[in-house]
Amino acid sequence: MTSDITSFASLAPAYPEMLVAAGALVLLLLGVFSKKPNTIVLSWLAILVLLVAMALVILQPVGGIIFSGGFILDGFARYMKVLVLGGSAFALILSFSTNKENGLDKFEYPVLVLLATAGMMMMVSANDLMSLYVGLELQSLALYVVAAIKRDSEKATEAGLKYFVLGALSSGMLLYGASLIYGFTGHTQLDQITQVIASGGRNIGVVFGVVFLLAGLAFKISAVPFHMWTPDVYEGAPTPVTAFFATAPKVAAMALFIRLVIESFAPISQDWQQIVIFLSIASMVLAAFAAIGQRNMKRLIAYSSIGHIGFALVGLSSGTQVGVEGVAIYMAIYIVMTVCLFAALLSVRADGEAVEEISDYAGLAQRRPFVAAIIAILMFSLIGLPPLAGFFAKWHVFLAAIEARLFVLAVIGVLASAVSAFYYLRVIKTMYFDEPVRQFERVPSELAAVMAVMGFFIVTYYFTLGSPLASWAHTASGSLF
Amino acid sequence: MTFDNSILTIVTFLPLVGALLLLFFPGRDEAAANTQRWVALITTLVTFVLTLMVWAHFDPANAGFQMVVNVPWIGESIGYRMGVDGISVLFIPLTGLLMPMCVLASWDSVHNRVREYLIVFLVLETLMLGVFSTLDGAMFYVFFEGTLLPMFLIIGIWGGARRIQAAYKFFFYTFVGSVLMLLAIMAIYWQAGTLDIAKLLTFKFDKSVQPWLWMAFFASFAVKMPMWPFHRWLPEAHVEAPTGGSVILAAILLKLGGYGFLRFSLPMFPDASAQFANFVFVLSVAAIILTSLIALVQTDMKKLIAYSSVAHMGFVTMGIFAGNVYGVQGAIFQMISHGIVSGALFFIVGVVYDRMHTREISAYGGLVERMPRYAFVFMIFTMANVGLPGTSGFIGEFLTLLGTFQINTWVAAFATTGVILSACYALYLYRRVVFGALTKEALMGILDLNWREATILIPLAVLTIYFGVYPAPILDATRTAVDLLVTNFSAAVGHVPAAVAAH
Repeated sequence: MTSDITSFASLAPAYPEMLVAAGALVLLLLGVFSKKPNTIVLSWLAILVLLVAMALVILQPVGGIIFSGGFILDGFARYMKVLVLGGSAFALILSFSTNKENGLDKFEYPVLVLLATAGMMMMVSANDLMSLYVGLELQSLALYVVAAIKRDSEKATEAGLKYFVLGALSSGMLLYGASLIYGFTGHTQLDQITQVIASGGRNIGVVFGVVFLLAGLAFKISAVPFHMWTPDVYEGAPTPVTAFFATAPKVAAMALFIRLVIESFAPISQDWQQIVIFLSIASMVLAAFAAIGQRNMKRLIAYSSIGHIGFALVGLSSGTQVGVEGVAIYMAIYIVMTVCLFAALLSVRADGEAVEEISDYAGLAQRRPFVAAIIAILMFSLIGLPPLAGFFAKWHVFLAAIEARLFVLAVIGVLASAVSAFYYLRVIKTMYFDEPVRQFERVPSELAAVMAVMGFFIVTYYFTLGSPLASWAHTASGSLF
Repeated sequence: MTFDNSILTIVTFLPLVGALLLLFFPGRDEAAANTQRWVALITTLVTFVLTLMVWAHFDPANAGFQMVVNVPWIGESIGYRMGVDGISVLFIPLTGLLMPMCVLASWDSVHNRVREYLIVFLVLETLMLGVFSTLDGAMFYVFFEGTLLPMFLIIGIWGGARRIQAAYKFFFYTFVGSVLMLLAIMAIYWQAGTLDIAKLLTFKFDKSVQPWLWMAFFASFAVKMPMWPFHRWLPEAHVEAPTGGSVILAAILLKLGGYGFLRFSLPMFPDASAQFANFVFVLSVAAIILTSLIALVQTDMKKLIAYSSVAHMGFVTMGIFAGNVYGVQGAIFQMISHGIVSGALFFIVGVVYDRMHTREISAYGGLVERMPRYAFVFMIFTMANVGLPGTSGFIGEFLTLLGTFQINTWVAAFATTGVILSACYALYLYRRVVFGALTKEALMGILDLNWREATILIPLAVLTIYFGVYPAPILDATRTAVDLLVTNFSAAVGHVPAAVAAH
C-alpha cells in the first residue's frame, strides 16, 4: 500500500491536530527551559493555540480522508471539534482563580490539557479502530495525570487512581471488542467494516464485538451501568479539572460513539439500538434517583451529568439523522451549561475556601445575587424548563425518539426529568428561600465574564443560538447519512 | 414591519423589556424600590394600552387568525408564529388589565426584594401573553411551561409560612402533567409535518391516535385548570402565594388550561373529545359539587376562594366539551368573568390581610361598620361569584348550563346545584367577615380602602356589572371563531350543528 502523504499540503485536514500537538510540545519546552515558568501566561498561550485550532477547523476548506483511511474530516467531525476545543479553552480559563490551592500552578497543566485535546480531536476524526484507540489513549493518559495533579491531596490521588484503574479496564474492553470485530470482519477501517457487515457479515461475533466496544465507550461517557467512577472522580479532582472532565472528553467520546454506531454499525442498528436504549433509560433513571440524596454540589453535578448523557442517548437511540442532530445540539448546550455551572461553583467561596456543600449555599441570593441568579437559571435549564436552552436540547432529542416511535423510552425520559427536577429545585430553594449563614467572597472577574456570556446564551437561546446551532447540527449530522 | 404583523410581538415582549430595564435600577432602599415600582407600573400600563389596541384592531367578523406572523425559526420544527382569533383575543386584554393591578397591590405589601419581585412578574406577563398569542405548538409549550418558573419563585420567595411545600407541589403537579403534553406535541409534529396551529386546525388526525394525543394534552390542561381530582396543588399554592401571585394564578394561569382545551383538544381531536366528553362531564360535575362542599367548611379565606375557583372551572370544562355554541361561548365568557371576579376576590382578601396579617375567617367580623366601601365592593364580587343575574358571573354559568342541557340534561341538572352551593359558601363567607357585631379588639382601628386599593377594585367592579348587563363585547368578539370551531367539531363527529348563531 502506498502512502497518501505526498506533501505537507496533503495533510491539510489534520492541520488543527498538528497545531495542537505542536503547541503542546512548544509549551512544554517553554516550561522546562524558563527559570520560573508563569502558568497563567502559558495557559493563555494554550488557549490561543486552541482558538487558532478552532478557527482552522471552521475555516478549513478541504475535508476528506487521509492517513490511508485512518483519519476523516467531515462536517460532523468539524462540529464536534469546535465543541471540544471550546470546552478545553473554557476549562483552562476556569482554572485561573484557584490554581494555587488546587495545585494547577504547574506549567504541565496547560500542556496536558493540550495533549488531551489533541487526543480528543483524533477520537472525533478517527476512521479506523486503531487510530480510534490511539486517540482515546492519548486523551485518557493525559487525563489520568490531570486528575491526580494535586499531588499532596489524598482525595485527588484517590480520584486519579480510580480513574486510571477503571479507565484502563474500559480501554481493555474496548480493545477486546475491536479485536473481535477485526477477527470477524477482517478490517479495522470503519467504512470497510460497514461494507462487510452490510453484505451479510452480521454474526454473533460481530455483535459481541459491538457490545464490548460500546461498553468501553459507555465508560468514557459515564453512562449507567459504567458510571461508578464519575461521582468519586468529580468530587476528588480539583474543581477546574472536574470542569474539564465534564465537558470536552464527554463530547469527544460521544462523537466517537455516534460515528461508530451510525456509520460502521448502521446495518445492524437493531442490535445496538437495544444497547443504547438500555444505557439511556438506566442513566436517566438512576441519575434522577441517586442525585436526590447528594449533599455535595460536585457529586450532584456528577449525577446530573450522568443523567444528561442518558438524555443525549435518547436522541441516538432513534438512529436517525434527526436523532444525531439532536445529540449534536444536546452536547453543545450541555457544554455551555456545564462550563457555566462550574464557573458558578468556583465563584462561590467563603472564608478562603470553596463552598461545596449544598446546605452552605443558603442565602446566596441575598449576598451574591448575580451568582445565585446564574445558578438558578442553570438549574431551571438543566431541568429542561422552557424558555431556557436546556429545554431546546431536550426538545431535539425527544423529537427524534418520537419520530422513531420509541414512546416508552420517551415517557420514561420525561418522567425521569420530572424526578430530577426535585434535586435541582432544592439548590434553588436553598439559595433563595433560606436565610444566609456564611459570608461569601467576591466573584473573580474572569468567572463573572464566563457566567455572564454563557448565562446570556442560555436565557436567550431561542433568539440567539437556537437557529444557527440547529442549522450547524443539521449540516454536521448530514455528513454521516 | 406593519402594525398588523408587529403588534403581537411588541405586546408580548414589552414586559420583558421592562424587566430588562429594571436591571438598571438597582438599590434596596425604599426610594429605589419606589422607582422600580413606577418602572414596572408604567411598563404594565403601556402594555395594557397596547393589549386594548389588539382588541380594538381585531375584526370580529373574521373567523380566522389575525395579526399573523409566520416565520420558520429553529430547525424545521419550531417556528416564530403569532396570531389571534376570537378564542384567544380576549385573554390578552384580560392579562394586560390585571398586571398593573398586581403591581399596585404589591406597592405596600411587598418590601422584601422588590426589584426581583417586579422582574419575575414582568417575565410572567410576557409568558402569559405569549401563550395566548403564539400559533406554534412548540412555542405554546415554551410559554405555557415557562410560567412555572416565575410562579415557583413567586410562591417560594414571597409566600407565606408553608411556601416551600406549596411551591414544590405546584411545580411537580404541573410539570408532570406538561411533559406528557410535550411528547404529544412532538407526536403531532410527526403526524402532521408542522407545528403551525393554523394548519393543524385543518389537519385530520387519525382516529386511532386521537385518544392518545387527547389524553396527553388532558394530563396537562386538567392539572392546570385544575379539574377535580387534579386540583390538590391549587389551594396550597393560593394560600401561600402573595396577593399578586394569587390573583395571577386564579385570573390568568388557570385559564391557560381552558384555553388549551379550546385550542388543541376540541378542534384537533374532535373524535376523541366526543368520546371522552362524558368522562369530562363527570369530573366537571364532581368538581362543581364536591369542591363547593369543601369550600363551605374552609376556615381560611383564600382557601375558600381557591376551592370556589375549582368549582367555577368545572363549568368551563363542562361548557367546552358540550361542544355547541352556547357551551363554548359560555366557557370563554366564564373564563373572562372568573378572571375578573376571582382576581378581585383575591385582592379583597389581600386588603384585609395587609392590615391584619391573617386570613382566618374567624379573625374577622363586622367589618361593615369600619369599612363600608370595602363591604360594598366585596358584596359586588360575592354576588358575581354566586352568579347573580346582572353580574358577569351569571352569563357564563347560564350559557354553559344551557349548552350542556342540550347535550345531557342530567349533567346540567347536577351542575345547577353548584349554583346553589356557591351561593351558600360565598354568602356564608360574606356574612362571617363583613356582617355581625364588631367585637374583636384588633379590628377596632381597621381602615377602609385607600385610594390605591380603590383604583384596583372599582374598575373591576364596574367591569363585572357592565359585562353582566351587557355581555355583547365579549360574545361578539368570540362569535365567529366559536361558530367555526363548533361547526368543524360537529362535522367531524357527525352531529348536526344545533342552533348555530342563534343569538
